[in-house]
Amino acid sequence: MSLLSIENIHTYYGNIHALKGISLHIEKGEIVTLIGGNGAGKTTTLRTISGLLTPREGTIRLNGEDLSKYKAHEVVYKGISMVPEGRGVFARLTVTENLEMGAYSRKDTAEINRNMERVFSLFPRLKERRTQVSGTLSGGEQQMLATGRALMANPSVLLMDEPSMGLAPVLVELIFDIIQQINKEGTTILLVEQNALMALGIASRGYVMQTGQIVLSDTAEKLKADPTVQKAYLGME
Amino acid sequence: MQSYRIKKINFTDVFMWVVGAALLLLIVVGSFLTLQEEKYTAVQWFDLAVFGLAQGSVYALIALGYTLVYGILRMINFAHSEIFMSGAFIGYFAASSMQKSGFMQENPLLGILITFFVAMTTSTVLAVLLERIAYRPLRGAPRLVPLITAIGASFFLQYVFRGLFGTHNRAYPEIEIIKGTVPISGDFQIQKIQIVVILAAALMMALLVLFVQYTKTGKAMRAVSEDKAVAALMGIDVDKIIVNTFALGAALAGAAGVLYCFMFRIVTFYMGFIPGIKAFTAAVLGGIGNPAGAMLGGLFLGIFESLGPTLFLDGLGIPAPYQLKDVIAFTMLVMVLIFRPTGILGERLSKTKA
Ligand SMILES: Nc1ncnc2c1ncn2[C@@H]1O[C@H](COP(=O)(O)OP(=O)(O)OP(=O)(O)O)[C@@H](O)[C@H]1O
Ligand SMILES: [Mg+2]
Repeated sequence: MSLLSIENIHTYYGNIHALKGISLHIEKGEIVTLIGGNGAGKTTTLRTISGLLTPREGTIRLNGEDLSKYKAHEVVYKGISMVPEGRGVFARLTVTENLEMGAYSRKDTAEINRNMERVFSLFPRLKERRTQVSGTLSGGEQQMLATGRALMANPSVLLMDEPSMGLAPVLVELIFDIIQQINKEGTTILLVEQNALMALGIASRGYVMQTGQIVLSDTAEKLKADPTVQKAYLGME
Repeated sequence: MQSYRIKKINFTDVFMWVVGAALLLLIVVGSFLTLQEEKYTAVQWFDLAVFGLAQGSVYALIALGYTLVYGILRMINFAHSEIFMSGAFIGYFAASSMQKSGFMQENPLLGILITFFVAMTTSTVLAVLLERIAYRPLRGAPRLVPLITAIGASFFLQYVFRGLFGTHNRAYPEIEIIKGTVPISGDFQIQKIQIVVILAAALMMALLVLFVQYTKTGKAMRAVSEDKAVAALMGIDVDKIIVNTFALGAALAGAAGVLYCFMFRIVTFYMGFIPGIKAFTAAVLGGIGNPAGAMLGGLFLGIFESLGPTLFLDGLGIPAPYQLKDVIAFTMLVMVLIFRPTGILGERLSKTKA
């Protein structure tokens, strides 16, 4: 049984049919990437999985359990957490407070402290800035914070929406290294990216989305070699 | 750049600046003349200032309710003044029955605490019901809709109290231990009631600040006020936090109702209107959405309103200047809205998205 499996999801914004029957599955321990151009529906897919949007049709299962009866804040308790597009740090809260909010679903103080230490060891920069108001962090630091905050919930599946957006190449490298490290430590990852080359570099499998549908799915190796993917998403002719 | 700026200045702007400057001049000249006359003694000024501080404390407590709800829902809960009135009103029944039975005379401290408890509970229950029944179903509707609903709810509560308890004024019982004055030095003294009001309000505001700053729920309130969707992704039950916010603001309004009654000793179904709108003014003055601003705005308005009429107008030969205190308060509201719509501490809010 897959850790996360999504079957034939249809999601609407009012009358706009944004997801037209998405199916995908993620096995425990994998990094799977979802790539596609602007407006393809990648963010909508993640928001549907996390419960912020309710699909009109289809099912989402985590470890076999149907998630459709849960609201967004309850899905976190089930073990899915998300690094939202544009980071979404609470600008007026300090770094520590943001991390504490990430651990909102956790009751065990010792566990929270352990997670906090883990985040600080993944991102020493955050430790230096822990009393700083998050709105004054740089873009890269905010991405670290959003990632660390999502880890505070101790998720079994981490959804990441374009973590490389707006970051300098060195920082993208750093974030991708961290993603791999988080994955090695046992967290399954669904990575949405426009930076398809980097995403396919660390993922085991990938899905390609176009206008609300999945048009291709294969191993990362094969997708990298696929001529249509090369042309459309890897900038090769 | 230069020509761009010139183009932007139009007649209304110039007119408003002239009006503003004229008012400022009036204040300065008036204050100067009043002080020169030396008609009022230092003791009188002191009394006015302390009264202003006490009434400002009440405004501040009410203002917090407006500002907390605004901070989280970007909605002005115009029924908040009636939440205040309801607490004061039901608290009055508790106080007066304890007074009649002699309980208040025997256990004044306990009696006062019970009065607070009854008033705060009444306000909280009503506010939570209001949120559940009137506001929650409209969440996500255009912003004008909940505003109109709030005004409707305000009238609804007023007329319910009017229907149930009539239109006459009720005299609040006089509680023996908070009667009289405490000498300070020389001729200076402070009414006990004012001390109680100022200290009680200060204590509650301190507790509120600690709550919002340091508790898990308080931090979640701040997170929800920034971004509801991301807050939900953290596992925060946004609806529950919103209810907590209404409850917190209402409890403060209920307490403010008791303190207000201690000071002014009159209870009616329309008693919420003026303090409510003053507190709203205070919240806007401080920067709506910002709790520190609401407290600051409340205290400032209370003192401004108490000292202002005498200080600014007496020297200009205006008879009975104190009658004009409401005019002064609302003139200030209009001026703030024109010249600094974000309020004193409002910079941060203007950047947040609605
Ligand atoms: N709140 C919304 N209301 C209406 N339509 C929306 C909304 N959000 C997204 N859409 C539409 O749904 C479609 C999918 O959007 P989505 O944000 O999921 O794309 P995306 O793949 O994440 O794109 P990007 O790479 O630019 O972030 C787009 O056509 C978009 O215009
Ligand atoms: Mg997107």
